[in-house]
Amino acid sequence: MRTADVLRFASFSLVGARTRTLLMIVAMAIGVAAVVVLTSLGEGARRYVVGQFSSLGTHLLIVFPGRSETTGNPGMLLGETPRDLTLDDALTLTRSRAIRRIAPLTVGSALVTTHKRNRETPVLGSTADMLEIRQMSMGQGQFLPRGDPRQASPVCVLGAKVRKELFGSQPAVGEWLRIGDRRFRVIGVLASQGQSMGFDTDELVIVPVASAQMLFNTSSLFRILIEARGRESIARAKQDALDILAQRHDGEKDVTVVTQDAILATFDRILRALTLAVAGIAAISLAVAGILIMNVMLIAVSQRTQEIGLLKAIGAAPAQIRALFFAEAAVLSFTGALAGLLLGLLGSFVIGRIYPVLPVIPPWWAVAAAFCTALVTGILFSVAPARRASRLDPVESLARH
Amino acid sequence: MIRLEGIQRIFQVGDQAVHALRDIDLSIGAGEYLSIMGPSGSGKSTLLNMIGLLDRPNAGIYRLDGSDVTGLSDQEQARVRRDKIGFVFQFFHLIPRLSAAANIELPLLLAGVPADQRKTRVDQLIVDFGLTGRETHRPDQLSGGQRQRVAIARATVMKPSVILADEPTGNLDRATGQEVMSILEGLAAGGVTLLLVTHDPEIGNRASRKLRLVDGRIVADERASS
Ligand SMILES: Nc1ncnc2c1ncn2[C@@H]1O[C@H](COP(=O)(O)OP(=O)(O)O)[C@@H](O)[C@H]1O
Ligand SMILES: [Mg+2]
Repeated sequence: MRTADVLRFASFSLVGARTRTLLMIVAMAIGVAAVVVLTSLGEGARRYVVGQFSSLGTHLLIVFPGRSETTGNPGMLLGETPRDLTLDDALTLTRSRAIRRIAPLTVGSALVTTHKRNRETPVLGSTADMLEIRQMSMGQGQFLPRGDPRQASPVCVLGAKVRKELFGSQPAVGEWLRIGDRRFRVIGVLASQGQSMGFDTDELVIVPVASAQMLFNTSSLFRILIEARGRESIARAKQDALDILAQRHDGEKDVTVVTQDAILATFDRILRALTLAVAGIAAISLAVAGILIMNVMLIAVSQRTQEIGLLKAIGAAPAQIRALFFAEAAVLSFTGALAGLLLGLLGSFVIGRIYPVLPVIPPWWAVAAAFCTALVTGILFSVAPARRASRLDPVESLARH
Repeated sequence: MIRLEGIQRIFQVGDQAVHALRDIDLSIGAGEYLSIMGPSGSGKSTLLNMIGLLDRPNAGIYRLDGSDVTGLSDQEQARVRRDKIGFVFQFFHLIPRLSAAANIELPLLLAGVPADQRKTRVDQLIVDFGLTGRETHRPDQLSGGQRQRVAIARATVMKPSVILADEPTGNLDRATGQEVMSILEGLAAGGVTLLLVTHDPEIGNRASRKLRLVDGRIVADERASS
């Protein structure tokens, strides 16, 4: 029997039993679509986080106070603070040849006031190098001036959104405003770039680190950002930073240095595992669809005993009968899988439209796996029905009961 | 060409053994037209199924065209059925979702005959059997006589040497039955071996050889002296 004829015969049988066929295609399609949509979501979340980290800057290391035993674990972000990091700690780090530049960070929140409006805003103290390290760009004016970081100076740079809220359509650069009880002159406005690792730079006011320390009446730093000279020197930079700070802290290793790579890898792992788990759950619905196909095919065999008996009487070999039922299951699974794929892609597209920040693209491996699993379960679960059909006794099946 | 020697068929029904065929010895030559009659349950269908390789004997030897086919595998038997034997049933057994033409075509499909050859053969049979204009009709759109003609066309499409008909007129009125009989007799006249099971003595008496079965045994085997 020719393959094309087998497929045509099988398709005719499927069209002949329209409701049954439709039901099974729907069951299969839902399974496949679930896998595609859920993995797209998981993968989207992963890409989103990876993207967030990448936007932090290249070859980045972050120093924060407090020791963490399990480096690379996001739990350390909550580490306690035994000894403060100081501005001098930060400035000493530049002694390492593996470190290109550093930016100390102090954060706080303060009321920012112009003559008309005021607004509670996160205030970030840093140095000129922060612009390059965080790969930000200026909209207007200029960033913090170079010069001695220990020197406070009454200048500030506004995030795009803060500028809009405080000044509306009026020009901001050159204007004076009040942060807490001190006066600052606006020297620049950041280009709008949105969220990046918890800091929405659009909502920030940035001042020199010494000014921020005065404003918040502190001598400690929140973080030190380090940019290594290159990808190869990241490990070296980390070791140097640990050594230098331990030396400055009387031999006490009480800081944690994390590399962007390590954090990224952790998130990557977690989110990948999550995606796989979700895909696994969705795959169960495929198995359910497979069992459904088996049952319905078994019913089909018992409903079509006469036809099977007739086929045998006119010379169909057992292998041909099996092939016919197999083909039916295969056509069914293939159609269901294809429908599911389209449904899943459509679903992902719609979700992508609703949440534009998530790059919701179905990963190719999930699409391939869902499709193949659907085909394989569909065909696997039709083994039993096909065998039963091929073993029917033709005399009995042809007898009218 | 058909030789049965000591064929036994015993059905086990619960703890009771039903002897459907007892010690059948039968020899049928090529081109014979043979009718099989007998009371209901006498083993007529069982004999036909045996000859058609749909059933296996519990004992005995069956030779078809000189070779022993009793011990062939299912697959080999299917092949013999496909190439040498055509079945016609009382209840037609057409596939309801397929058109008349597709039903006739089925054995060719199973044999893997190319589409163009299939079409020529099926078209020829549709004309021969007076089914022109009905080829796209599904079985439920055909009359009983037309259905049986489709079934006979299907049985002959592979040009078998033996046609086995189990009460082919049993489900038809007299006139239509006559019509179907003349088609079958036309095939017999063309050299096909025809075995016909029937209840109707009038039909059975038209055969050149008449077999009578009672309780699984051949009790009469008459040849018309012509
Ligand atoms: N599959 C079967 N299982 C059990 N008994 C059967 C089976 N087929 C036929 N028989 C029995 O064998 C005998 C002959 O049946 P059958 O050949 O169908 O008779 P006929 O066709 O002459 O009416 C009957 O007694 C019938 O009950
Ligand atoms: Mg019978």
